[in-house]
Amino acid sequence: MSDPEIEADRDAIIKVTSCAICGSDLHLFHNLIPAMLPGDILGHETMGEVVEVGNAAKGSLKKGDRIVIPFTIQCGECDQCRRGNFSVCERTNRKKELADKAFGHATAGLFGYSHLTGGYPGGQAEYLRVPFADTTHVKVPDGIDDEKLLFLSDILPTGWQAAVQADIQPGDTVAIWGCGPVGQMAIRSAVLLGAEQVVAIDRLPERLSMAAAAGAITIDFAHESVVERLNDLTGGKGPHRCIDAIGTESHVNLGQPDTILDRAKQMLLAENDRPHVLREMIYVCRPAGVISIVGVYTGLADKIPMGQAMNKGLTFRMAQTHVPRWTGDLLRRIEDGQIDPSFVITHKADLSQGPEMYRTFRDKADACIKVMLRP
Amino acid sequence: MSLTNLTHITRSEGDPRVERKGQSSMIGADRLARALGWFSVGLGVAELVAPGRIARTLGLDDKQGLIRAYGAREVASAVPTLSIDKPIGLASRIAGDALDLGTLATGLQRDNPQRRNAAIATALVAGITLLDLTAFFGVKAAHKREPTSGRDYSDRSGLPRGLKASRGMARQDFETPADYRTDGTVANAVPALAG
Repeated sequence: MSDPEIEADRDAIIKVTSCAICGSDLHLFHNLIPAMLPGDILGHETMGEVVEVGNAAKGSLKKGDRIVIPFTIQCGECDQCRRGNFSVCERTNRKKELADKAFGHATAGLFGYSHLTGGYPGGQAEYLRVPFADTTHVKVPDGIDDEKLLFLSDILPTGWQAAVQADIQPGDTVAIWGCGPVGQMAIRSAVLLGAEQVVAIDRLPERLSMAAAAGAITIDFAHESVVERLNDLTGGKGPHRCIDAIGTESHVNLGQPDTILDRAKQMLLAENDRPHVLREMIYVCRPAGVISIVGVYTGLADKIPMGQAMNKGLTFRMAQTHVPRWTGDLLRRIEDGQIDPSFVITHKADLSQGPEMYRTFRDKADACIKVMLRP
Repeated sequence: MSLTNLTHITRSEGDPRVERKGQSSMIGADRLARALGWFSVGLGVAELVAPGRIARTLGLDDKQGLIRAYGAREVASAVPTLSIDKPIGLASRIAGDALDLGTLATGLQRDNPQRRNAAIATALVAGITLLDLTAFFGVKAAHKREPTSGRDYSDRSGLPRGLKASRGMARQDFETPADYRTDGTVANAVPALAG
């Protein structure tokens, strides 16, 4: 690809030092968000060194600054940004007309995340143009490895927000569906926020072992009933807080027949999402509990048991992560040695090996949980 | 025409341009499967639209309804073959090939004046079956999750101070923002009763 250039006064260009492949890149890779074009660049977990700064961004950035790029692009000035709702910034989605039609009202621009969120080129590249760079960056100090800092861009604040918006209280049982990178961060966040019992649900032994490393009780849904185990662990009452770190691509298998129907409908464009996890969470959650959703959904999801949710008085919290709302606090916790997000990296490769790494990550081959790429 | 064409999405002028293409994440078997998927679409549509012509060409005039049903089957198996779940689509194509061969076999009898056409069609379907089998086993092998991949990461806590010290550590200096609190909702509406 050609290198990006400064296009607006608030832009900056960074030389990417590290980037990563995210689970939601796979949703795009699988064309579940059909708003990508040939030549679009994926990647929304990126950090690097500032090499060029637009005039209006010079007050907050200079050449040589080491920065992590939040996956959400925020103006910092609109009504939503002022409220801390950065992922629904009103100004940064440059495909607003399209997004208004799809979502009712446009959400923020995101890096490498389809034209519904602005069509901005992503950071799986040597260089990245950062629009609204004066407010879309996290300055990080020298002396800490990229491995520990890179995930401030997305999965660490996403896991943190999953736990925070669940309003975890000491003594709570928190059930987390999905032990991918976001689920792993949510597990650590729930522990730091004082959950008494964290239960992690997945089917892949390597992911369950990583969850258990942080003290989670694990449930292998391929071999045991999630509902029965959760009820057993909570005296029959169900978990207080349920976190969805899966989203649109629930695993399809015969043990979960609804996923087969969802997959068939998804192929025929009759349904966008496979919301098995959402159905299960609503069913098993303790009445008056909280459902926290950070797994990405893309559109229409069928057969959501709203009757159960309404009658049980559940509270739903969901959003793309308002990244900068949490990054200052989380950077301090990394510096303070409270959390080391590098634990999640299982594969490191050169950027040129990206296609192969996408395949490895997609196929969950070689016990892959998180891929970090270096240009 | 893709959905992106229908929605008139375009890349922005200043975005980086493709200068040369690198390697693809798709391997040969993926490409073969994709080609077979589109072949399914083409054949399926032909069988749905012109079953009579196909039946007459093969000397199977009494099987027009069956050929139309096969057309629907072809289109149905094309959907997963063109998706990321290629093995499902290819398996259904292989099963369909067996049905096709069985039906064509009835056209190979001596009393069929179109026996030569039926024989050619049988050979073509046999060839396609081989391609389907090649694609099926190729895709399965390429995207296999090795049985040895149950690696153990139980030494990766990510909590440098240990689990016990970490539990609730953030409570010392973190307060849930007001807009994320659920007290005041039904969750803890009357805490006084707890005492």
